[in-house]
Amino acid sequence: MIAIGLEGSANKLGVGVILQPAKGGPAQILSNIRHTYVSPPGEGFLPKDTAKHHRAYVSTLVKRALAEAGVRLEDIDCICYTKGPGMGAPLQSVAVAARTLSLLWNKPLVGVNHCVGHIEMGREITGATNPVVLYVSGGNTQVIAYSSQRYRIFGEALDIAVGNCLDRFARTLNISNDPAPGYNIEQLAKRGKVLLDLPYAVKGMDCSFSGILARVDELAAQMRAGTLKDPVTGDAVTPEDLCFSLQETVYAMLVEITERAMAHVGSSQVLIVGGVGCNERLQEMMGIMAKDRGGSVYATDERFCIDNGIMIAHAGLLAYRTGFATALEESTCTQRFRTDDVHIAWRED
Amino acid sequence: MISTTSIPQREAQPFLPYPFTETQPPPHLVTQGAEALLYRTHFLTPSTAAALKARPSKPYRHPTLDARLTKQRVLAEARVLVKLSALASDPDNEVKVPAVFNLEWDAARKINGLTEDQRGARRTTAAGAWLLMEWIEGKSVKDLLREWDSWFMATGSTASPEEVQAQVEAVKRLLRRIGRAVGALHSKGGVVHGDLTTSNIMVRPATNSSTSNGSAAPTIDENAQADDMPARPPNFEGEIVLIDFGLATQSVQDEDRAVDLYVLERAFGSTHPRQEGQFDAEVLQSQEGYRGSYKGANVVLKRLEEVRLRGRKKSMIG
Ligand SMILES: Nc1ncnc2c1ncn2[C@@H]1O[C@H](COP(=O)(O)OP(=O)(O)O)[C@@H](O)[C@H]1O
Ligand SMILES: [Mg+2]
Repeated sequence: MIAIGLEGSANKLGVGVILQPAKGGPAQILSNIRHTYVSPPGEGFLPKDTAKHHRAYVSTLVKRALAEAGVRLEDIDCICYTKGPGMGAPLQSVAVAARTLSLLWNKPLVGVNHCVGHIEMGREITGATNPVVLYVSGGNTQVIAYSSQRYRIFGEALDIAVGNCLDRFARTLNISNDPAPGYNIEQLAKRGKVLLDLPYAVKGMDCSFSGILARVDELAAQMRAGTLKDPVTGDAVTPEDLCFSLQETVYAMLVEITERAMAHVGSSQVLIVGGVGCNERLQEMMGIMAKDRGGSVYATDERFCIDNGIMIAHAGLLAYRTGFATALEESTCTQRFRTDDVHIAWRED
Repeated sequence: MISTTSIPQREAQPFLPYPFTETQPPPHLVTQGAEALLYRTHFLTPSTAAALKARPSKPYRHPTLDARLTKQRVLAEARVLVKLSALASDPDNEVKVPAVFNLEWDAARKINGLTEDQRGARRTTAAGAWLLMEWIEGKSVKDLLREWDSWFMATGSTASPEEVQAQVEAVKRLLRRIGRAVGALHSKGGVVHGDLTTSNIMVRPATNSSTSNGSAAPTIDENAQADDMPARPPNFEGEIVLIDFGLATQSVQDEDRAVDLYVLERAFGSTHPRQEGQFDAEVLQSQEGYRGSYKGANVVLKRLEEVRLRGRKKSMIG
């Protein structure tokens, strides 16, 4: 069976076409393309501009995705779109596109939870069967594990998401948003040496990032004023050092809450999904932790961990095959849509 | 996925610091928790059972950060346990925790009188901290509730409605006692736990000598039956003992207390879907639970509503 998926809950617009063999076996990615709205340095992406970007590109992307996939319209079984969570205006512009296609092609719609999309795609690509999932992106920080037909949230950020913390710090330092602020912080951090003390805020399997952001912003101001010195050597602290300290601190927190969830549910597999999941330092730290527990870490590359259309197609088709579809009148979207609200009918364990 | 915690195969020898390397019989590794390895051993005399909580350094994090956190946590845990144990002399004290026997916050540091070998300075695996404390008999609430679930799955449909109802009531009583214990921790103890989960709450069965109504005494240990044969529901009788205070802080702030409850509520809901619906009414709102446990509880529960709302709002953007 074949599905097309449309994603636009944040600043990435993605369209993908997936084929799931009727008899089972691995899914085939027929196409997976993306166009990102990049805001200028020092600025975040605003819902209005992002929605405009999505509207401008969606039809081109759909045409390209179909052409690349080489499928005929009649081969497509359903049209999947992101129902939420995400930013209202961008979500809506993509939902409108999905509805239009549904009417035009006379195909059923399937509304998909964005987080579930990430998890299912991650499982499909990596082969992790029943991992503890760390979902880390610009808008979400969650530690998730599956149990009786739900992805249950064991831990999450109590205030801002980790990706949001990184993105906002990138703005403080006026780092480019191209290709992604977090990516550029990672490159700077590779050259950092000094570890500055930042607040470390873990509560059980939850954590918080706003205190860290406030502190590292303060340190950045001191650095610019030339008053910030390495406490050991007395050398001036660099932006590289700040990025390094920020990364080492927030990723240690993420690995810690993941480890706590693994101990709690008795699992030794970890799957990292979401945009921040591309970070190599995070993957490395998680790998060391998992190995220490006799397990392993599963992660995907930027094609899948950054928001994309194929994950929406994949999770949507899984639901569609259990008989689920979204009626046109109900094909709304919602900024709030918790991962644990979705009934995972396609898993039997 | 939710299966009982087993000890996975670790890459190397598990961390066991000096002087426990010399202990005879050797400490027995019971479980690998989130941060620590938990050994059963003894203290001074073989008849005094003790729990050794060994915190190996975490190689995934920066050594400076790691040393800071490891030390902070073992000291925080010991400080809070000592403080809470001192409440034991209070006759209506309801906070039960393991007593502290000994600790070390940096197993590899230089100590007068110890050779390098003894402190393990030359073995990188020896870096870390440890805490030796009273051994708590019994099981975690997580394991007890899972046993209850397997009993329910296996016999719930054949048991009489009265029997099932009686067992549901037993769960509710347990939940209320948990609420009370957390309330006492917050009020009498002046402590927020920081990592409340059902793994970190234990039920210590009354020792045989102190059971007064011994007439219908069941066979030795009714919780010891094989997991796959849950003929009888688990026994929840006993004292609630709180453990794992590495993230604890001394605080009487409503916000901190509310977050403490929020952490427990979410851990509970995700771990025990079957009992999730009873959590609020029994643990939190009951007069025999958290709400009735001290005067300030009402304000904290009000604050909890705000914390919940915040949590939900923040998880909205993909
Ligand atoms: N004093 C004790 N007596 C008996 N068992 C204990 C004791 N302390 C901890 N345990 C057991 O060991 C497990 C892990 O210990 P814990 O202190 O919770 O460490 P972690 O921070 O690694 O979770 C607990 O869930 C409990 O089953
Ligand atoms: Mg614990």
